[in-house]
Amino acid sequence: MDVLPLLINGFIIAFEPLNLMLIVLGCAVGLFIGAMPGLGSVNGVAILLPMTFLVPPTGAIIFLGAIYYGAMYGGAISSIMLGIPGASTAVATTFDGRPMALQGHADKALIAAATASFVGGSVGVILFTLFAPPLAEVALTFGAPEIFSLMLMAFATFVGLGGDDIPKTLFSIFIGLVFGAVGLDIISGEPRLIFGGIPGFFHGINFLVLAIGIYGIAEMLWTIEVSQGKVMISQATVSYQRTMAALRELLTTWKTMLMGSFLGYFVGILPAAGATPGALMAYGVAKTMAKDPETYGKGNINGIVAPETANNAASTGAMLPMLTLGIPGSPTTAILLGGMVIWGLEPGPRVFTDHPDFVWGFIASLYAANLFALLINVAFIPAFIWVLRLPFTILAPIIFILCIVGGFVPTMDMHDVWLMLVFGTGGYMMRKLDYPMAPAVLAIVLGPLAEPALRQSLLISGGSFGIFFTRPFASVIMSLALFLILLPVMKIIYDRIKKPAAVK
Amino acid sequence: MRKFGTKLTSLGIALGLGFAVAPVDSAEAWEPKKPVEFVVMAGKGGGADKAVRFIQNIIVKNKLASKPFTPVNKPGGSGAEALVHVKNASDPDHTLMFTLNSFYTTPLLQPGLGIDIKTFTPVGRMAEDTFLLWVSKKSGIKTVDQFVKAAKAAGNKWIMAGTGKNSEDNILTDFLNKAYGLNMKYVPYKGGGRVAKELAGENANSTVNNPSEQLGFYQAGKTVALGAFTHERLPLFKEAPTFKELGKDFTYYMQRTVVGAPGMSEGAAAYYQGLFTKVFNSKEWQDYMKKKSLQGKFLTGKPLMSYWIEQKAIQKGILQKMGVIK
Amino acid sequence: MRMAELVMGIVMGVFSLYLMWKSAELPIGWIAGEGPGGGAWPFWLAAGMLVCCIAIVIRWAKRITPQSRSEDPFMTSRTFRLFLLNAGSLIGMVALFHIVGAYGAIPAFLIFYLRFMGGHTWRLTGAFAFVTPIVTFLFFEIALQKTLPKGITDPWFEPVFAFFY
Repeated sequence: MDVLPLLINGFIIAFEPLNLMLIVLGCAVGLFIGAMPGLGSVNGVAILLPMTFLVPPTGAIIFLGAIYYGAMYGGAISSIMLGIPGASTAVATTFDGRPMALQGHADKALIAAATASFVGGSVGVILFTLFAPPLAEVALTFGAPEIFSLMLMAFATFVGLGGDDIPKTLFSIFIGLVFGAVGLDIISGEPRLIFGGIPGFFHGINFLVLAIGIYGIAEMLWTIEVSQGKVMISQATVSYQRTMAALRELLTTWKTMLMGSFLGYFVGILPAAGATPGALMAYGVAKTMAKDPETYGKGNINGIVAPETANNAASTGAMLPMLTLGIPGSPTTAILLGGMVIWGLEPGPRVFTDHPDFVWGFIASLYAANLFALLINVAFIPAFIWVLRLPFTILAPIIFILCIVGGFVPTMDMHDVWLMLVFGTGGYMMRKLDYPMAPAVLAIVLGPLAEPALRQSLLISGGSFGIFFTRPFASVIMSLALFLILLPVMKIIYDRIKKPAAVK
Repeated sequence: MRKFGTKLTSLGIALGLGFAVAPVDSAEAWEPKKPVEFVVMAGKGGGADKAVRFIQNIIVKNKLASKPFTPVNKPGGSGAEALVHVKNASDPDHTLMFTLNSFYTTPLLQPGLGIDIKTFTPVGRMAEDTFLLWVSKKSGIKTVDQFVKAAKAAGNKWIMAGTGKNSEDNILTDFLNKAYGLNMKYVPYKGGGRVAKELAGENANSTVNNPSEQLGFYQAGKTVALGAFTHERLPLFKEAPTFKELGKDFTYYMQRTVVGAPGMSEGAAAYYQGLFTKVFNSKEWQDYMKKKSLQGKFLTGKPLMSYWIEQKAIQKGILQKMGVIK
Repeated sequence: MRMAELVMGIVMGVFSLYLMWKSAELPIGWIAGEGPGGGAWPFWLAAGMLVCCIAIVIRWAKRITPQSRSEDPFMTSRTFRLFLLNAGSLIGMVALFHIVGAYGAIPAFLIFYLRFMGGHTWRLTGAFAFVTPIVTFLFFEIALQKTLPKGITDPWFEPVFAFFY
């Protein structure tokens, strides 16, 4: 394939002074927006869309691509520093990133996240460069049965995520799924669980409302209780030696990085899936494959590397169906697609032949954006660490204000802010009683993807579950998912038979 | 009764009310005093959202307004959330909404919302989107006759993908089922882009997408347009006959209209009417319409209001015949 | 703690029943040839919640979980006071959003939190209460064009917008 000359031509375009400037600017802006709880890449790209008419279309898409990348890097910052996932793609990063920050390793966690993002993004772009058109064809054949199988697999990789208390873990999953069902049932067209027609429930319960409520407000209340309002949030420092040590430690995670990159990329190219399931599955797989799964969730560096490589690789992957099919794989790419239409470019199967300068310039700019996002991110780490060292009585109200504003902005609805307070206080009480909260947050993300896919599949098959086993892709993914679900169950049964005394 | 039920025409443009009202001079008197909230009845990335962001761009690029227009997506409850929000807008002079046909159908399907579209302020109809019947190229189907034959043979195994229960796509599917005695199964997906993809990926047998949604796949030779639910053949799809030519008198359009909040002051209404006249006449919007195969003239003020009333009656008739409302 | 475990189990059980009842407004059964009805997914998941709550209560009765054995109070009076102050000031701030808008509520919250709960100097408190709303305004309203609620202060912002645009 004569990809190389095209790519080199693309690099020449990407490194034009104006485009290069746009890349740097976009990365910085994106990083900042992504680091805010409540604002993710979707907001960044949507908000800055009208400003791109100032430059030619190629520059505009490069700028938006850079914002996208910057925001994906930035999402990890809020997850690690505040424990609040800035976007659904960064949920899994909180699991180990937060404990590391609390143990005083915020700098290591941030470096790990930035490096992992770089690796994931780079692998993603390379795969994109080499295999774009054939993968687009595969993605096109993915229908509802395949998507449901995939969602089930995402759940399966997470069976072991909760605490030791099985009823409470299951409760958390169920309540997340039920909250995810609020709003409009698209299959029957009927409003569902709107609690007596409260308009704020029409749009459903936004993932961010639950995530900020639980990870922001409930966690803050918990921290305040534990510290009795006295201690600092963490004793973070940053230095050259520590950075080098962190990088050396990162070298040991290369397996996780590769796994996360490939998994993330392939989940990302599937329309309607996007980066969130990719990141969650990567975390689950890393934990399942690890020799020391019990250290996950307590500050294992692999627990940051896996989701961060995956979500960046997936973001790149999600651009593939957007460019080649005109089908967005995530809300952010949907906006990018809208932008391309505005500039008079019609993404679709012919875009590679009709607008080679545009496509290859864009792809090359992704390589560059990836590098600059890494550099900018690392350069800002000392500033982030400084923020962490502020006295808690200053940091707490700032975080609370960020939570409230961050809860309002995505939907511009005060209803969501109140709901967030309810989740926050309720979540705090449940947290005190050892109800695991992460499964609920995952469930509210995956539920609304899984349920319509299940029902669309059953509509197509006329109510027969056979549809999941007669289609080639669906049957493979479904079998894997069922195996992964049954694995821990069989393990429990096996353990009980082997040593029944251990239960009591 | 069934056959008769299909005899519906959207007479909106035909009524001779489609003159673009020239901006009134006094419109200059009122100016927005803060950013204008531009509510979208659909989610981010959909057709309506893209159009709103395109309009926002035209306004910025040509410096048509002194204050920014900020899109706010309120897709909940098939637009119910947006309608209630705009109805209760605290500042009607700075609240606009971009509407689809759910502007008529949602208040009809959910009377509990207490929405009366006559109270909203008519600002400007930017376009009417069209619908065509699509199948995938690999199916080998080239005409509506072949389509009917294949769909009849498949019975309820024939999958028609669409954008939601009781949506425009559902209405058209119902029409086809009744007009040709078919028993296609309607499977709702979220958003027209997704529907188009399901057809191109052969997870559905046919769709009734808007041209803008299928255009990419159509140009790539993956999908074929069989027939148009319009008065005349569309310039972009000359090969697809209208259903009228095929002896089924059925046309259906989707409005893309800018609506002002109820209680908007006259000065503000005049300002927005003038503004959107300029947007409509801009080169960018005219190109966009051509490229997306959008139809219709600009409508505003009283003619737009009478268009709404008439469209609402038509939609009501359709929904009654579908049996979803009384 | 023991008491709280039981109360939470029962409250959540009742909540599950409420969700089941609400879900049942749509068909919850199997529709032949179509699959589950519109209410089935939330209904059966809420039923799952209920089963979990029953399990939690049974485990409470058998004293299996650490919480059901703990005789510590759920919240000490000091913890309770901290919780009330924090949660209360948050609720107060959100309520103020409706009345005096974001730019009245944010300074008020900061003054309360920094000065009266944090015991910081008036100088630091004042600086934060002054700078935070300005930064918020510039970032959200001007840079990102996201309008925050302004309540009765809405007309005061007209000259501000006139200045920026």
